[in-house]
Amino acid sequence: MVQKKVTALSGTLLDEQCLLTLSELCRACELPAEEVMALVEEGVIEPASGKPTQWRFSAVSIRRVQRVRSLKRDLGVNMAGAALAVELLEEIERLRARLKRLERER
Amino acid sequence: MEYKDYYQILGLERDAKQDEIKRAYRKLARKYHPDVSKEEGAEDRFKEVSEAYEVLKDPEKRAAYDQVGSGYHAGEDFRPPPGWDQGFEFHGGGYTEADPEAFSDFFESLFGRAGFSHGFGAGQRQQFHAQGENTHAKIAIDLEDSYRGGTRQITLKHSEFGDDGRPRLRERKLNVKIPRGVTEGQQIRLAGQGQPGIGEGKPGDLFLEISFNPHSLYEVDGKTVYLNLPVSPWEAALGAKVQVPTPEGSVNMTIPANSKSGGKLRLRGRGIPAREPGDLFVVLKVVAPPAHSEAEKAAYQAFSDAFEFNPRSDMGG
Repeated sequence: MVQKKVTALSGTLLDEQCLLTLSELCRACELPAEEVMALVEEGVIEPASGKPTQWRFSAVSIRRVQRVRSLKRDLGVNMAGAALAVELLEEIERLRARLKRLERER
Repeated sequence: MEYKDYYQILGLERDAKQDEIKRAYRKLARKYHPDVSKEEGAEDRFKEVSEAYEVLKDPEKRAAYDQVGSGYHAGEDFRPPPGWDQGFEFHGGGYTEADPEAFSDFFESLFGRAGFSHGFGAGQRQQFHAQGENTHAKIAIDLEDSYRGGTRQITLKHSEFGDDGRPRLRERKLNVKIPRGVTEGQQIRLAGQGQPGIGEGKPGDLFLEISFNPHSLYEVDGKTVYLNLPVSPWEAALGAKVQVPTPEGSVNMTIPANSKSGGKLRLRGRGIPAREPGDLFVVLKVVAPPAHSEAEKAAYQAFSDAFEFNPRSDMGG
């Protein structure tokens, strides 16, 4: 194995305040614009209103889109199924965090 | 290199029908998919299952695998015989839709990467796009790292083409700045740190997903941090000034008189220091000491005499 060392890198924090255009989101998720538009239509991600050229997506959309993409690819589910799965998974994550906290409070 | 028994990985007999293979894969993929499963080792298991399916779902690859691998057992040392793939034509290229980064040396020695080994058609994937692919990794940090910000070293493994055109595993250490105020599940994008581009193409980006190591004191939910604070019955009843730990150091806090167990006190803005900082909730937990000495027992007796208190009143008792 070859090793290579690099000095400290600073990245962009993809939080709620970080907004992306349609093409930036496409690039981050490696998807064609039509696929991203289909995700908007399905309600998986919600851009600030307007025409697609004016769309701005919160950077947290990236994670959702990446998840939908990998669920579609790996499990053979369609868009609606992947959208449902992603929403349920997020719900499970919230419940797990809450459960962990409540178990501790006892 | 280790021989992999793809049938065993999918829990199948060697004469399994194509539809059985698909069913077995789908079932295991749902179970171990890294977006779905929280099980330890799920991601590795998923990669193994995907690799097995990648070969067995394609009748051409499956036939080649069956021919070259008969007589081997899982884990045995394996060398593909030279020229073994003569006469096979792999239409789909080395890979189809699955993530090629994930596959083993064993797979690569047999089916290679689209585009460099003879007998392989051009891949359907974006192998020839000039732009390098984005890559993804997870990084676990301490809650304190989010409060302070700072630098963490991470080690990434990825494969790269050597001078001989064969892929090889390469380990890369990166020092990454952790932005202050990062929360669990958020990603950090490192531009240009993904897969190298092909030709003049730009490299892809690296996405790092943040998670927190479990903490002995705090629970975190988004930007909100929770701390369980044990208090004595008299502190809860009479009120008290106590020192409370926070990830930024301890603070003085007043417990109001007649606080209840489970009551939450908010320390505004002491949660995760995001652009809009979260709050820290101190959850009170009233803890009664056991009575051992005569004086302690007398003190509880005095409680009993002083109070008209039935903790079970709403049970009709």
